This record gives sequence, C-alpha cells and structure tokens, in this order.
Amino acid sequence: MARDALTGTRIRERRAMGGLKQSDLAKQIGISASYLNLIEHNRRRIGGKLLLDIAAALDVEPTVLSEGAEAALIAALQEAAQRARLPEDESARAEEFAGRFPGWAEALAAAHRKIADLQRTVETLSDRLAHDPELAASVHEVLSTAASIRSTASILAEDKTITAEWRDRFHANIDADSRRLADSSKALVGFLDAETGEAAPSGSPQEEVAAFLSAHAQTLEAFESGAQDPESIVGQAPELASAQSRHLARTILDRMVRDSAEVGLADLKGALSVHGPDVIALAAHFGVSVPHIMRRLATVPTLDAGLVVADRAGSLLFRKDTEGFAIPRHGAACPLWPLFQVMGQPGQVIRARVQMPTRDNAVFDCFAAAEPVGPVVLNAPPLLEATMLILPSPDMPGAHDLPTEEVGSACHICPRSGCRGRREPSILSDGFTGF
Amino acid sequence: MGKHVLLVEDEINIIEAIQFLLSREGWKVDTHSDGATAVDKVRAMKPDLVVLDYMLPGKNGIDILTELRADPEFTRLPILMLTARGQGRDRELAERAGVSRFMTKPFSNTEVMTAVRDLVQLAQ
Repeated sequence: MARDALTGTRIRERRAMGGLKQSDLAKQIGISASYLNLIEHNRRRIGGKLLLDIAAALDVEPTVLSEGAEAALIAALQEAAQRARLPEDESARAEEFAGRFPGWAEALAAAHRKIADLQRTVETLSDRLAHDPELAASVHEVLSTAASIRSTASILAEDKTITAEWRDRFHANIDADSRRLADSSKALVGFLDAETGEAAPSGSPQEEVAAFLSAHAQTLEAFESGAQDPESIVGQAPELASAQSRHLARTILDRMVRDSAEVGLADLKGALSVHGPDVIALAAHFGVSVPHIMRRLATVPTLDAGLVVADRAGSLLFRKDTEGFAIPRHGAACPLWPLFQVMGQPGQVIRARVQMPTRDNAVFDCFAAAEPVGPVVLNAPPLLEATMLILPSPDMPGAHDLPTEEVGSACHICPRSGCRGRREPSILSDGFTGF
Repeated sequence: MGKHVLLVEDEINIIEAIQFLLSREGWKVDTHSDGATAVDKVRAMKPDLVVLDYMLPGKNGIDILTELRADPEFTRLPILMLTARGQGRDRELAERAGVSRFMTKPFSNTEVMTAVRDLVQLAQ
C-alpha cells in the first residue's frame, strides 16, 4: 500500500489516541462525519488545507499524518525484516505495518534495536575475551575453579560410602575453591564492568588510583595549572573508594605539583622540539633527575607514553598504560623489563628497544633509571624507586641501533616459550595464534 | 586390576576429584603435573589412557599431544583432553593434533567417566 494511502489510518489512530469522536472532529474541521469516515478508511485521498486543518485539530504536525511513522521506525522494521530473512514482498510492507499497528511496530523496532545493541556488546566482549590476556586469565581461573567445585561437590552428594578422610579432604577443597572462585569472579566482574563503563570498585588501591588517573586526565591538566588543589580532586573522586587509594593518589598528585613546578608542560614541549625525547639531555636542560623528566614526559599528550614506577620489592607503585604495552593489574610484572635492571645501579640510565608478544609484535623504546627516595638515614640503605618511560614509537633516533629484546607483561599471561625469566606457567602457552 | 590411567593436570583439587572417581571404579591412576616431562612420563608408564589438561606448566597439552602422536607407539593411545579454553579454535587445534575426545571445564563427573570408559572400550 502506498505511503499517502495510509494517511487516513494515521488520522484515525491519532483521533482515537486523543479520545476524540469522529463526529466531533468532523464538526471541528467543517466536513461531514461520513466523509471523514471515508478518509479514515483510506477511501478518499487527502492533502492541502484539509490535511492542515485535521493536523491542527489533532494537535500534531501535518507530516506526522502525511508521512506516517518516522523514517527511523520504518528503517528499523525493514532491517528487522531483513535479519529475519522475510521475503521481499513482506519486507516492503513495513510502512503499512507501522501505519496500521503503530504500537506493535514501535515494540518490534525497539526489540530489534535492543537485540542489535546486545549483539554488539557480545561481539565486543567476545573480541576482548579473545585478545585480552588479562580477561582470558580471569575466565580461565573461574572455569577451572568451577570445574573443581562441581566435580568435588558431585562426589560428596552422590557417594554415600565415602570415607571420613576423603569427605574432610573434599570439604576443605570446596572451601578453598569457593574462596578462589569468589575472588576470580570479582576480578572478572571488574573487567566486564570496566568494559561497559561502569565505575566498579577495584581490587587494590593501585587499581583505584589507575582508574582515578585515567578518569581525571583532563582535570589533572587543570590541576597542574593551579586551578584545583590535590585535596579537592581526591576528595571528590568516586574511583578512590579506600583510604589507602586516597593516600596514594594524594602522594602522586603532590609529586605532580612538585614535578610540574620545575618542569612546566609548555616549557617541556619547547625543549622536546629541540632535544626530542632524549631523557638525559632534557634532564640536563631543566636541571632535574632523569626519572623526574620521565614522569613529566608521560604527561605530554602527543607522546602517548606509558610510565611505570616500582619499588625495590618489585611492587608497581604507579602505572600509566600505553596501547600494546600491557602493565599487569595483579601480581608481578615481567622480570626482563629494563625497569628491574636499573635497580642494581641507581643513577644509571638504560635505554632498550623491547618487543611485546602482541598480535603485531609491538615494539617500544624504553628508558629506565632508579633513584633513591625518602629521607636519608645514617647507616641504612636508601629506599629505591625505579622509573621506566615507555615510548610507543620505535622509530626514535638511535632506537634502531639497539637490539630488540623480547619481553612480556607478566608470566601467567605471557605466551613466550623457553623464556629465561619465566617464574610460572602461562595460560597462553600457544600464544595469540591459538585464539 | 583395572586399566591404567595417567592424569596430567596441574590443578590439585581437580586431580584429587578425578583420581577419586577413577580409583573408585577400580582404575589404577597415576598423576603428573608438569607439561615439560609429560611425554617422558607417558613413554615410561605406557598407560591405557591419558587424561590431559590443555594448560600445563612447561608445555601445553597440544604440544604434548602432537609429540605423542608422532611416536608410532602412541598413535592409537586414547587421550581425553580437558580444558577451560572452550574456543572453537582450541578444539580445532586439539582435533588436528589427534585428540580422542575434547571436554571443556566445568565438566560433570558422569561426562568424564563415560568418556573414559568409551575411549578404553574403543581402543580394545
């Protein structure tokens, strides 16, 4: 049925929705009720002034009557018809369906849109599951633990002859596994919530701080310019749920204040144009330490650099991700990172070209240096902090002269075999090609 | 004496559960948790069936399977692979490498026991 042929149907629908009698509407617009009845049953064509009068009486735009349901609705219905592989002649009747059953059409279109949204979400999560080693590790942990609990619980439920010794052992196993499952499930939910953009409380103060820094990147620029003080930013940040994370965030922001006071962003950008990301030259230019310059370089948006800071115990105190260089959220990082090589030689600056085991074997130009931190105590070794700047461009001057070293993120999510630094087995033992 | 099963798995609680199930039915069960030496273990023990985890320290289940199938002595050895990696690609890799049966975690005890019985019966 042609689009304009349904104008009458739409008039009838709109009139009914407004609770107006046919005779009353006819009277309002100065035509007979029988003529309006013919119009409403699509037996008379309508347009011009009469259409405008009816639209005004029904308090709708004339196009709502003449063009019927919105084009988006028709398009959604036609798309739904295509997905359902309806024959072409059925698909072509989408407008007629929308005109005759607007409520049902809206419901069908909304359901179709919802399905499409869910499909996109599933595709995104599936893709992430296939290519995000942290998420794959979480899923693997959940499934392995669930397998153990299921098998053990079945034995306890079904075997009435089990000895007391076995029963106690299995109860203990279930207890341990259920705790493990609770932890791994929480970690998994954290990943999925992060995927859907929900602000979920994370497992550790470091994670909360990482979420805070990521969420407030713009605010932090304003804060560097002195527009906001650290206390107010920390106090208002929903990501910082624990006292520890707030303390950690304040410490980081305080250091940013001190760092930026000596090396302002505008000055740093100017020096970068002269020296490039040569951390030693830049440190000499500003008269500050190399780790100080690294921290500042990590704030230059155009460099898109990652930064990781660790203490002598190997704990990651600060991390700023850069695409392709996965810094582990939990547990220890790869021991082959230049970050850990400088621990034994405070003051030494190491530059290394490293390759991560990503699908495209991403290469990074890394600088690392360690320096003493905290107060000097007589006859006590200084506390050390190592800093590593991760530059994503492998084409920096001088980078090609360096040998490329194969590193990873963390052992349990690293697919490299025969690695001298391996401490624990990987769940990705066949690498990314296995996905 | 029942048939001999070698369980190559690194999750201790899964080992205990499967070991209990098999032993209860009269199977002789040996366990091994290191992927790197799993092939040597099979060669030394010559079990009637291997229950093999996909993810193992040292060497993964696919590599172990491939190595065993390359040895004429073990081309027909029944191998049941257990994995928490349910991706189709993993199943395809396992099938190409010559797995006898592929089972994803979490599995039911009945499924495991049925598979073990079927595989040994088919091999006879």
